[in-house]
Amino acid sequence: MATVETNLATTAHIAEHEHHEPQSFIRTYVFSEDHKTIAKQYLITGIVWAIIGISMSVIFRLQLGFPDMNLSFLKPILGTWINESNKLDPNFYLALVTMHGTIMVFFVLTAGLSGTFSNFLIPLQVGARDMASGFLNMLSYWFFFLAGLLMFVSLFIETGPAAGGWVIYPPLSALPQAHIGSELGMTLWLSSMALFIVSQLLGGINYITTVINLRTRGMSFSKLPLTIWAFFLTAVLGLISFPVLLSAALLLIFDRSFGTSFYLSEIYINGEALPNVGGSPILFQHLFWFLGHPEVYIVMLPALGITSEIIATNARKPIFGYRAMIASMMGIAFLAFIVWAHHMFVTGMNPFLGSIFMFLTLIIAVPSAVKAFNYITTLWRGNIRFTPAMLFSIGLVSFFISGGVTGLILGNSALDIQLHDTYFVVAHFHLVMGASSAFGLLAGVYHWFPKMFGRMMNDKLGYVHFWMTFIGIYCVFFPMHYTGIAGFPRRYYAFTSYDYTKNIFADMNSFISIAAIFAFGSQFLFLYNFVYSMFWGKKATQNPWKSNTLEWTAPIEPGHGNWPGEIPAVYRWPYDYSKPGAKDDFIPQNVPYSQTPESNLPHENELIGLEKEIEAQNLNDQFKQPH
Amino acid sequence: MVYIVGLLAVIFLALAALVVSRMAAVVRGVNGPEEENSYTGYSNKINGAMFLVFLVLGTIAATWSFLHSTQYFLPEAASPHGRRTDSLFWICMAIVTAAFLITNAVLFIFSYMYQAKKGYKAAYYPENHKLELIWTVIPAIVMAIMVFTGWRAWRDIMSEAPANAQEVEIVGKQFNWIVRYPGVDDNKLGNFNYKLIDNNNDTGIDFSDEKAFDDFTSTTELHIPVGKPIALKIRARDVLHSVFIPHLRVKMDAVPGMPTRFWFVADKTTEQMKNELNNQDFTYEIACTEICGRGHFSMRIRLIVEDEESWKKWCAEQKPLLTSFPEYASRIPANLKAKAAKYLPADAAAPSDSTTASTEQGGVSASVSLR
Repeated sequence: MATVETNLATTAHIAEHEHHEPQSFIRTYVFSEDHKTIAKQYLITGIVWAIIGISMSVIFRLQLGFPDMNLSFLKPILGTWINESNKLDPNFYLALVTMHGTIMVFFVLTAGLSGTFSNFLIPLQVGARDMASGFLNMLSYWFFFLAGLLMFVSLFIETGPAAGGWVIYPPLSALPQAHIGSELGMTLWLSSMALFIVSQLLGGINYITTVINLRTRGMSFSKLPLTIWAFFLTAVLGLISFPVLLSAALLLIFDRSFGTSFYLSEIYINGEALPNVGGSPILFQHLFWFLGHPEVYIVMLPALGITSEIIATNARKPIFGYRAMIASMMGIAFLAFIVWAHHMFVTGMNPFLGSIFMFLTLIIAVPSAVKAFNYITTLWRGNIRFTPAMLFSIGLVSFFISGGVTGLILGNSALDIQLHDTYFVVAHFHLVMGASSAFGLLAGVYHWFPKMFGRMMNDKLGYVHFWMTFIGIYCVFFPMHYTGIAGFPRRYYAFTSYDYTKNIFADMNSFISIAAIFAFGSQFLFLYNFVYSMFWGKKATQNPWKSNTLEWTAPIEPGHGNWPGEIPAVYRWPYDYSKPGAKDDFIPQNVPYSQTPESNLPHENELIGLEKEIEAQNLNDQFKQPH
Repeated sequence: MVYIVGLLAVIFLALAALVVSRMAAVVRGVNGPEEENSYTGYSNKINGAMFLVFLVLGTIAATWSFLHSTQYFLPEAASPHGRRTDSLFWICMAIVTAAFLITNAVLFIFSYMYQAKKGYKAAYYPENHKLELIWTVIPAIVMAIMVFTGWRAWRDIMSEAPANAQEVEIVGKQFNWIVRYPGVDDNKLGNFNYKLIDNNNDTGIDFSDEKAFDDFTSTTELHIPVGKPIALKIRARDVLHSVFIPHLRVKMDAVPGMPTRFWFVADKTTEQMKNELNNQDFTYEIACTEICGRGHFSMRIRLIVEDEESWKKWCAEQKPLLTSFPEYASRIPANLKAKAAKYLPADAAAPSDSTTASTEQGGVSASVSLR
């Protein structure tokens, strides 16, 4: 024991010694190991990718909404992808939808959302100096950066980026002769994803370790904010499912480059019968969706966690059914692994399997419904402050419901026969996972901006941004249900080849495109607000939202180590808002029950006795000073 | 449709105007510190009211656009299983639309009703197990019913095809469909092998199987008899495709190396549909719904549903592939030559030693890139 203490003392001493020398610019802002800097790096990278990803959707929306439009003004950017008749090249159209999907799902809503807020909030909300391993955390970001770099490069090569849909089903993605996007573009896509998965695993291990091991005194799992529960479960999901995608990608790389036949069988293409036999394209789909479905929740859960926190804070009410929220997240996290084949009802998979997956899929709707009801009940008899973050959170709940209900239809395999791979699916998942998670991301930025940059974002611009985006997104995706029910297939370059799509919904498609441009345009309000406020925004106070969680007890701009002195101990759950009898309408987690006799519930008075015990714990704050 | 676009444009404009006027007011008045922190001021009221406005206008817009689009929804079903899933779809749609409207309405109304008021304190209401139990169990029951009815339909649709079903094969390739008929004499599809595919034998029919002798193919139309179960055998030659017959509610992926199938009954002929829809140009169509490359959006093939007699007559008029390309006679094993003779012109019945198709292909693949 004595040796341990000596070691610790030495380490502390060394750490303190280092503290005196200011770190170089590169170590502070570029190769930083500080979770707050890494979070900001993730956020800014995510925003850049979001702009790229959404711009792509605007370009292909132009094609779908205005098929006769002269697109020659895009030639300076797209070059020969705009063909001689000044139309988008059909190959490039597919590349655009593929890259839009990949970028938005992986780079924006996985890395941008989890990467930003797990990194930023986990140490601050559980009361830790930093992540369990700052170095792995730094590696995680830079692997992500490299992955992004490769993907970015693939946009500029002559044969274009990957173009087999974001699900990259082989054999299309495996055979360079099948599509131009399956040449170098697909190789880069696969390499990029491999690096991305490494990044996710490094990040995920860190999040899990930090939540389990580095919670401050008194911060039991039953006192964790729902954000942390969400990030924790998300990391677990990612840790289990991403390796499966890696293996799927590796096998695909083998098929592409080393002549194996994991996914290839009996193919005759371009006048040539390939030697591969015995593989199964369906195998890839099983492997892909084993990640792909949990991925939906990897994207969704952090957004729901952020929403829980923001809704409770701004309704000035405890989140309704804290334990039910945790239980439903656990339920979702577990069920997420056993519903993947509902993406494959009509692949020729055994119909019996289809039945099983249909039942499992509908079970997962129950915890999702419970969450929605709990949010609504949290608003009931609240005292709601419409901060921009709150608006986005309410918008998220609305999207989550609107997109979620159609999941009940698609999850029903008999109904999926007609609707599979139509715009109905596009509408469904864009609302329930795309728009919802994007709103979670935006809500999070508005809410924690003061903690990140020490300044406030402009509320009024935030309101305008919210209403324009909210209305815009509904106008984009709501009408897509209609075209879907009419049988319009997705990933179609044009609807002119079929009688049943030729003469209908042309104006609807134009409308959707206009709404998409409108919604995209309104994001520049946010961008302006974000950059402007970062430098010139109003100075933030320490706890601007009067919130209970620990991050607001740290200094306005927390330094390395987050708290200058001892890390505060935690005595109560994070949702003591508007407690009867209390002076204020909030009681932060670090306020002991002994100081609030006027508002304690009977069982809480009994907990006063435990306070000494909590204070005596010194598990994770060995260094009374930040190092 | 134009009206909807117009209406929504008006909504946009109204909102934008509202917001701009509000902005102007804000810029003039200094952001009072009390409003900033307590959120009980003017902005909060506007945001609260906006939720109500959004709810009302949104419901109107949704209803209006729905009524306008409904004429195009689920194109007239021409198969019994299609009508079954259609009615199921609309029942489920009614349930989820009700859930969608009610929960969204409650969400927005609560947002409006419980906006911050000075001196008001929110209720401390952290849990209510009874309430939670209710809204766990009720959705669970409703969903269970939806799933159960859906599952019964699924089980019936995916059951084995009846014994009297007419087999037809459809093969997907970049970028068209090829259909193969079992032939009028034996009405049985012959074996196939992807290695035998060449420009003429584009489905890879294996002529060492006597069932293949009378098989014939087409790349322009699929003819099927009305009212008779059709067992569609589905294959893909190169990459994934998916057979989608919108009017028959048929969809099934075509997978290279793994034949799939879907059986159905088309109970309205093309002529009947023309009259029913008052559209003399009507034709059934087959589309591809699994991304397959550049031409994915135009893999159309017409489907013609006719009464069994004219279908049989049409089939009888078609030439077996062997008749069109007698050079394949060289692939027929000696013991079956006699049986194949009736499909071959007299002079080609003798074994020929013309260049085999596979060597031809080798040359093609080396020089041509079809990109």
